[in-house]
Amino acid sequence: MLIYGLGLLAFSYLAGQLFGDVLGEMIGVQANVGGVGFAMLLLVLLHNYFQKKQWVKAQFDDGIGFWSNMYIPVIVAMSASQNALLAFNNGILPIVAGTLIVIIGFALVPLFSSIKTTTHS
Amino acid sequence: MNVISFFEKNGMITSFLIIAIIMLIAEQISTRLLRKKIPGSAIAILLGLLLAYYGGMITGGEKGIADLPLFSGFKLVGGSMFRDFCIVSTALGVSFPVMIQAGKAGIISLALGLVVSFVVGICVGLAFGYQDAESLATIGAGTLTFIVGPVTGSALGASSDVIALSVATGVVKAIVVTVFTPLVATKIKLDNPHAAMVFGGLMGTTSGVAAGLAATDQKLVPYGALTATFYTGLGCLLCPSVFYLALKALM
Repeated sequence: MLIYGLGLLAFSYLAGQLFGDVLGEMIGVQANVGGVGFAMLLLVLLHNYFQKKQWVKAQFDDGIGFWSNMYIPVIVAMSASQNALLAFNNGILPIVAGTLIVIIGFALVPLFSSIKTTTHS
Repeated sequence: MNVISFFEKNGMITSFLIIAIIMLIAEQISTRLLRKKIPGSAIAILLGLLLAYYGGMITGGEKGIADLPLFSGFKLVGGSMFRDFCIVSTALGVSFPVMIQAGKAGIISLALGLVVSFVVGICVGLAFGYQDAESLATIGAGTLTFIVGPVTGSALGASSDVIALSVATGVVKAIVVTVFTPLVATKIKLDNPHAAMVFGGLMGTTSGVAAGLAATDQKLVPYGALTATFYTGLGCLLCPSVFYLALKALM
């Protein structure tokens, strides 16, 4: 059933975000710490467990897959509701700082990608 | 009968239709005019940003095109709830061995990404004549993300115009990452999960990383999101405390 897949996704999302919020509160910041990351881990682990138990049947995965396909449309909606005016009409400083850090970041990507964790495989 | 209020009442469904039309136009531009040199999704995101600018110009609001009644559903569909829900759903494609192999590089780039952003923000702040540690730390924090900036600014008691600058810096960063990631991806070898995790940690801005990777290669999104999701929270933790105190000690 499609709704079971969607339900698992919703459960993972809520549990992860809740944990991120609680973690943020515990270390005293007004923000969610890693909520999406914890939710992703939870979803993968639970999905693996469900598969082993053979609970993943028929359209189960479609309930999750639909949302990963909705990803780009949601991002388009997100970029259309950004405060783009504020970004470009607030003087030069934001444009300089915001662009400079991205250029530096791009330059560092290939440098850091060469770090590999040694595994015994 | 008021047509606009009808669409406003059905905001979410209306936005599905409008987004579908935007995607269609973007695909057509990509295939017919640009011979697929720039992916349709990148053009769609760019069109979204143009709409956001236009919306801000005519309404003066903060939510881009979503401040127009016809587009009010964009607030929900383009909000952080739907965005994070979709990011989480992409996790099913994640491979654990790859993630663990890239873990060390991911953590190092996350730590360095936070420090480098803060330092770059402070340098630019100094260049623009800001002298006090509170303003500089706020601008530095805004260079992390547009959430860390105001959180740090209000914690340190920075003035509201400096806080606005820090938000603007974060938004510029997100937009620049969104637009330029697909264009430079091959040059910086951003074509595998390992590099995507490094990229997410270095950039941190979840909206920028998510949108930029989506336009580059959708398979990379979960890996970038995995490291980027810790960035804002850690930034809110470190900027008003450790980073601010270190800055104060240096001045």
